Amino acid sequence: MAKVMGKPVALNGDRAVAEAMRQMNPDVVAAYPITPQTEIVMRFSEFVANGEVDTEFIPVESEHAAMSACVGACAAGGRAQTATSGAGLAFMWEVLWVASGTRLPIVMHMVNRSFSAPLNILCDHSDSMGARDAGWVQLYDETVQEAYDNAIQSVRIAEHPDVMLPTLHALDGFILGHNLERLELLPDEAVKQFIGTYKPMYSLLDLDRPVTYGPMDYHDYFFEHKRQQVAAMERALEVVPLIGEEYGRLTGRYYGLMEGYRLEDAELATVVLGSTVGTTRVVVDELRDQGVKAGLLKIRCFRPFPAAMVAEALGDKKAIAVLDRSLSFGGQGNPLFFEVCTALFSHGFSPKVVNYVYGLGGRDTVPAQIRQVYHELIKIDREGVTGPTLRYLGVRE
Amino acid sequence: MSDITEIRWHGRGGQGVVTASELLAEAVLEEGKHFQAFPDYGPERMGAPIRAYTRISSSPIRQHCQITEPDAVVVLDPTLIGVVDFTEGLKDQGVLVVNTRLSPIELRRKLELDKGKVFAVDATRIAMDTIGRNIPNMPMIGALLRAIEVVGKESMCHEIRNRLGTRVASEVVEANIEAFERAYNETKEG
Repeated sequence: MAKVMGKPVALNGDRAVAEAMRQMNPDVVAAYPITPQTEIVMRFSEFVANGEVDTEFIPVESEHAAMSACVGACAAGGRAQTATSGAGLAFMWEVLWVASGTRLPIVMHMVNRSFSAPLNILCDHSDSMGARDAGWVQLYDETVQEAYDNAIQSVRIAEHPDVMLPTLHALDGFILGHNLERLELLPDEAVKQFIGTYKPMYSLLDLDRPVTYGPMDYHDYFFEHKRQQVAAMERALEVVPLIGEEYGRLTGRYYGLMEGYRLEDAELATVVLGSTVGTTRVVVDELRDQGVKAGLLKIRCFRPFPAAMVAEALGDKKAIAVLDRSLSFGGQGNPLFFEVCTALFSHGFSPKVVNYVYGLGGRDTVPAQIRQVYHELIKIDREGVTGPTLRYLGVRE
Repeated sequence: MSDITEIRWHGRGGQGVVTASELLAEAVLEEGKHFQAFPDYGPERMGAPIRAYTRISSSPIRQHCQITEPDAVVVLDPTLIGVVDFTEGLKDQGVLVVNTRLSPIELRRKLELDKGKVFAVDATRIAMDTIGRNIPNMPMIGALLRAIEVVGKESMCHEIRNRLGTRVASEVVEANIEAFERAYNETKEG
């Protein structure tokens, strides 16, 4: 596939995702509006009303129904998508497992929002991190461009015969969702060609080859089916970069599982995902100018977690800070920290690693806070003492 | 990264603060520049003080956070004077552009501000004269461009026509252009 010229436009994250959905023209979209995802559903329903897509749009009565409708549509052999945020994802909860356990390549555009209470509509990753064990492939977007790019790639990842797992990509609510940025849109035809036609392996509507979806599955085979889901996740580690490479040939924007930024010769590293990656890049550059050997590891694909690559990239670092935008109350750390520590330990590395929780409930994460993280890493390295493992960034104590 | 121009907008819900922040950003699209425009995240209510932000740069903008040390602050509502600390974090060489009947010197005295450049314009009157409603965002974009040439006037007018053209009648679009132009010309520095 030859590289095509993108068209520069000004869109916020929600609208960029809606544009990607218009271009992908899914068979079924079932969604319920919730802040800060509302604009996706609003915009997409305009496309439906204007006849710009021929999607069967189901304005469901709840998110539980949204995911259930996607399960039905996908089992019937259709391409199904939805979008949600925070409490909306929580309301889908049991059906998330149905989607992955039934191996349905549903795509979800996930606009991160914190969980109540106290009531908060702003960004953190409690929602998608809470769903980390639901068996969905999870990608995280750094920019509005990536929200658009990952939306399109998600379809190919989910539907890849080696994967066949539901896939979500997460964009930070408001910070990306409501932020107008410059991005390049592919021509409609290029998107259509890139995602191709979905050919379901087993369709409920294929009357010549009848199949059963969702039967009872007890102690005889349930475990084997779960083991197969694990294997599919492992294969996704191969597929995600493969699709990212193919997308790169088309757009000039290449995607892998993760990305090191000035990391190779770095002594001090942070591990970050989502929109804060960009803010961290700015700080890394500043520190490099001051002679500090700072680096950054961006995680794009959180599920499956690229453990071997992460260990390889971080094993030789003197001190590492993992930034989490969600909490695991009472745990010994938080979701991204667990992954990084386990990856390092199981590959024979034991550098000093600390965990910072930041940005909960939309708390603004500014360069000064990231600078503080690196300065504390400098101190850890200099004094040789890790100190408290769990730390909190930008909170009043 | 030093070439990023950071602008913070202050106003009240319903005055077109977010629209102004976005219009300015969209206007630089054609100039090949990069931008961000985003509101201060929260529920927006008619009349409540709100903030929005615009970043403009010739290279890609990477940070995703609010603007704490703006190059320019634009105040759409005169009743925010003394209510909201809108000069907070304004750079020493920064620019303050306020919708007010006060002269720049009177404004400085009232705000006890001795840094940066101060620009004043009665955008409410201009909006009432031209658009017939107290929506001071277009004149305040004009005033801002008078203070800092962050985007060409032509590009800005083009964008105003582009954005409003699909939504309102052509005489309303031209009234907005007139508001923009008048404020550009009537803005005073001090």
